[in-house]
Amino acid sequence: MRGFLYVLAALGVMGMAFWAYQENYKTQAAIKDVRDLHAQIGAAHERLGMLRAEWAYLNRPDRLADLADLNYDRLGLLPLMPDAFGQVDQIIYPIPPILPITDPIELSNDVYRGTEEPL
Amino acid sequence: MTRTPLRPLARILKARARGENPDVIEAENLRLRHEAIQDKVRQRAEGRLLVLGLAFFCAFAAIGGRMGVLASSVPEEPRTTTVGNPIIGQRADIVDRNGRILATNLATHSLFAHPQDMIDPANAARGLAAIFPELDEAQLLADFTGARRFLWIRRQISPEQMQAVHDIGSPGLLFGPREMRLYPNGPIAAHILGGASYGREGVASAEVIGVAGVEREFDAFLRDPANEGAPLELSLDLTVQAAAEQVLSGGMSLMNAKGAASVLMDIHTGEIISMVSLPDFDPNNRPRVLLTGDQSDSPLFNRAVQGVYELGSTFKIFAVAQAMELGLINSDTMIDTQGPLTWGRFRIRDFHDYGAQLSTTDVIVKSSNIGTARIAMQVGADRQQAFLGALGFLKATPVELSEAPSGAPLLPRNWSEISTMTISYGHGLSTSPLHLATGYASVLNGGIRVEPTLLRQHGITPGPRVVRADVSAQVRQMLRAVVVRGTASFGEVPGYAVGGKTGTADKPRENGGGYYDDKVIATFASIFPADDPKYVLIVTLDEPSENSGTEPRRTAGWTAVPVAAEMIRRVAPLLGLRPQVDMVQSVGVTLTSN
Repeated sequence: MRGFLYVLAALGVMGMAFWAYQENYKTQAAIKDVRDLHAQIGAAHERLGMLRAEWAYLNRPDRLADLADLNYDRLGLLPLMPDAFGQVDQIIYPIPPILPITDPIELSNDVYRGTEEPL
Repeated sequence: MTRTPLRPLARILKARARGENPDVIEAENLRLRHEAIQDKVRQRAEGRLLVLGLAFFCAFAAIGGRMGVLASSVPEEPRTTTVGNPIIGQRADIVDRNGRILATNLATHSLFAHPQDMIDPANAARGLAAIFPELDEAQLLADFTGARRFLWIRRQISPEQMQAVHDIGSPGLLFGPREMRLYPNGPIAAHILGGASYGREGVASAEVIGVAGVEREFDAFLRDPANEGAPLELSLDLTVQAAAEQVLSGGMSLMNAKGAASVLMDIHTGEIISMVSLPDFDPNNRPRVLLTGDQSDSPLFNRAVQGVYELGSTFKIFAVAQAMELGLINSDTMIDTQGPLTWGRFRIRDFHDYGAQLSTTDVIVKSSNIGTARIAMQVGADRQQAFLGALGFLKATPVELSEAPSGAPLLPRNWSEISTMTISYGHGLSTSPLHLATGYASVLNGGIRVEPTLLRQHGITPGPRVVRADVSAQVRQMLRAVVVRGTASFGEVPGYAVGGKTGTADKPRENGGGYYDDKVIATFASIFPADDPKYVLIVTLDEPSENSGTEPRRTAGWTAVPVAAEMIRRVAPLLGLRPQVDMVQSVGVTLTSN
């Protein structure tokens, strides 16, 4: 009986050792994964920062003012004057969309007769 | 184990037969047994001691070994225990109140050289001098062929320059990663942002530190990794700031001024929406500090915070507001304005003679020095000092700029009665435009003290009351009257009821001894809309002169006021203020009946 317990214990230790061995490698793989992900996130952050900086640079007020001046006539811009502000009641309600025609009536001159060349 | 009996029968019988005492045998056997037991116990104890000793040795060896490893190895970033985000280790961005970027970081490279690794130093020096025109080829060659084993060539280079250096192909030219502080808007808000520079530099990285403005004031916050990259939110509005700078710069050149400053402040919260000081600079390429001469001539000088000037008649409303608060006068009280007012050897005059007396409102509208001085005499020196102190005029502004403490006001050495009189119309006390903005906001927002701040506020923090709400409303009406029928008639902006007070102060001579005749500081302190004020705007021009007439006009009404009016016209819509104008009737069905 005692011998059987010894063997059982030895087998248990071996099993645990095997499990620990596997876990160790899994952990190391996970750490490596995390490291790679961090590197990727870091690179993405850097790229994002660069894009944000570029966006801010392209939208700097000086440049926008120059662009507005250049395209003043072409876009029909107007200086912002106090009378450019409107009232809510000056805006018309949205026109309801026309329902699609489900039963069209055919008219005689709708039909192409084939005698003239259509333009 | 076989146990030997203590009294073996055979020996006992033999001993008895011989007539000996059998107890001797028992004693002998007992002794032998005890010895055997003793030996065994000792052996076991010794074994245990050995095991224990071994265990201790192993434990100490393990601890000692670990300590040795820790002491001798390179520290490693813990990667498995992640508290917070380990990636965002950069200096935080600075953004305006709408989240638009004012300062950010850019990953660039630094360029350094290991001359001992160079194969053809002459070619490398020639190539570098061609890429970077500011480098001297002869100097580079001397460095590359000398005894130096390491030298910096450029702190930061662009990707194009990096590629060009790669193309030289010298193995002794090396790159290190380097973070660069970028201000994408150029000189906009330069004085507020300040600038950044490098602290400790290494090949692998360099420390970015703030050198002025909010960059320096909030250096610890911007560098704190615990914020996880949260940006510093300022109260500025980038669009408004840009428009204000454009208008002020145009006004400065039109009015031939040598400098200008403006402060636009939220009247209830004290948030600075825009603060301009001209001339300005580009924080990406911060100029050097002047080593000789007057620091106020440097573009680095922030006139709105550091520049302390006698701001002239704009101070009159403080004397009037205090006298009304104390119940000494009301807005219709007639004040004696018969001039000149003589006090000792001083004579106080008005710009024009306004007759024997004026109402309090007209003292402000016509800007009578004599009238204000008489009101101040009723108030008295102590109470005036206490009131100006409560408005923050007696110490430097608490605004979050590293330069703010250097903008301490210049106070009279002895606050005598004549000081009281001159300070009431803005002479004898030098303060910054930001002081004035804070004072105007506190008196005119309904009478609640505000503190100037550059950080975005969420909601109003209630301060102590400085004047009653009805006094505040009456002073606002006076300021509105100044624009409608007084010295600031150019300040009228259609749709926005502007109220304000002009101030023209002669500049004191630098070496003491009186004032210049032809150099003034022209100030316009305004609020809009006057009936329900939202913003305070201070515009100050340094040595303006409006030369369209036959002789130069220098008063604020001709110089600072038109600039301020144009600024309000430009920025008020940007601030979301709706103009009060009569709408053109829209064409539609008119309901009638008959």
